[in-house]
Amino acid sequence: MTTIAVLAVQGAFIEHQRRLEALGCTVRQLRHEADLQHSFDGLVLPGGESTVQAKLLRDTGLFAPLRTLIQEGLPVLGTCAGLILLAQHLDGSGDTTNLDRQLAAKRTAVDGFRTLPVTVQRNAYGRQLGSFHAEGLWLEDGAAHPDGAPLPLTFIRAPRIENVGPAVQTLVTYQDAPVAVRYRNQIGAAFHPELDADNRLYRLFLDLL
Amino acid sequence: MAPLSSPETTDAAATATAAAGATTPLPSSAEQVALNRQLAQMLKGGVIMDVTTPEQARIAEAAGACAVMALERIPADIRAAGGVSRMSDPAMIKGIQAAVSIPVMAKCRIGHFAEAQILQAIDIDYIDESEVLSPADDTYHIDKTQFRAPFVCGARNLGEALRRIAEGAAMIRTKGEPGTGDVVQAVRHMRLINSQIRAVQALRADELFEEAKRLQVPYDLLRSVHEAGKLPVVNFAAGGIATPADAALMMQLGAEGVFVGSGIFKSGDPAKRAAAIVQATTNYQDPELLANLSENLGEAMVGINAQEIELIMEERGQ
Repeated sequence: MTTIAVLAVQGAFIEHQRRLEALGCTVRQLRHEADLQHSFDGLVLPGGESTVQAKLLRDTGLFAPLRTLIQEGLPVLGTCAGLILLAQHLDGSGDTTNLDRQLAAKRTAVDGFRTLPVTVQRNAYGRQLGSFHAEGLWLEDGAAHPDGAPLPLTFIRAPRIENVGPAVQTLVTYQDAPVAVRYRNQIGAAFHPELDADNRLYRLFLDLL
Repeated sequence: MAPLSSPETTDAAATATAAAGATTPLPSSAEQVALNRQLAQMLKGGVIMDVTTPEQARIAEAAGACAVMALERIPADIRAAGGVSRMSDPAMIKGIQAAVSIPVMAKCRIGHFAEAQILQAIDIDYIDESEVLSPADDTYHIDKTQFRAPFVCGARNLGEALRRIAEGAAMIRTKGEPGTGDVVQAVRHMRLINSQIRAVQALRADELFEEAKRLQVPYDLLRSVHEAGKLPVVNFAAGGIATPADAALMMQLGAEGVFVGSGIFKSGDPAKRAAAIVQATTNYQDPELLANLSENLGEAMVGINAQEIELIMEERGQ
């Protein structure tokens, strides 16, 4: 039986849990360091607010052990805020359109795991009114899959992947830019696979185990 | 999937998206409803804090707030000041939008759709059509289906919650009795809504028509509650939450997250109390941790016993 740990400090973790259970996994919620006593085969970092999750990861004692596990090769899927927590580099501090830049310069920074060699811009499509549904291109070995259907994408105040490191593989593109990537044991997606019916990204993640 | 573009979208909405630099077509109204409910899903397990200045907003964000409510006066001060309470100055709201990267909410008066239009025009993340402000319309709530911005509305029972959802609310919160620091009303509303949901679940399918008539709600929404055993939108607790224990109580009673209004910035050590309430909302089932979190928080807001007050805000807008 495959056991997946879902970070459950804040955000849409129940949605991931239901999808993983439907795919036959046992799911364990991580809320506190004591939840790490039981072993698990993979980790999901859900959507939510990255500032909140980064703070609670530290306050609950989960941060350092999880970072070590990811560095040691634990398969991990990070979606939206989860991608931000994985990203090595963050560009800016979110949307500042029409706002006071001096005030914005003092926003709380997100201090995540920094294990995935990509640069990510937070809230790159704007505030909530910039949220949208779209369709993405599912790639296989860097090319469009011959009989692959488009992948439904839900972007909620979404981050954008601006740059990817040399060994990073693009899994899904939207408007010719990467929106889901893989680097060794880590998958990061700017959208929310837990909110659409397509299971391909979950299956790819479970194949890493 | 519904079509991606729609002629129904407004000029204000188009401007907002253009300002954000997006090249994506505007969503249809049905899709916008889905997107707005989905944003609320991202707030779950979190704490939304009332703030009145950019500095307070920064403290709230650093303490782990998942969103802030920008308003000129917190409910306790609105209650103390009396008079007519209105939407906040857009310049003040923009200052708070600049100060934090988390979603920013703002309140408009019940039924005041022009205030809501203004809030949407400044690209607000969520509008709270709130009984804390003086109602502008004693009969009609805002037709929230006409807006791209998501709305949160207060409810004391299942009927109110489903009527607000029918009007387009993408998120529900208990009304509580704002500005009192007394959690009794929030507890009552959360218990009532959840026990009414359990009762609806237990009905036979052919009894739902009569129940919809009795609750004065649309049949389709009631059927969705019957089938899912929950509201079709996220349900937060609000009103009178002042301590980590209050937050844990509401989460154990089935809230999906909490609003803290006057409880933080009316207390002795706002940053510490805010962080403790955030942690309590995540680990609401861990009494030992809750005990640690509750230590040495300084003075809690003094509060007013909800039975001693004359102005009952929760009765505004049903």
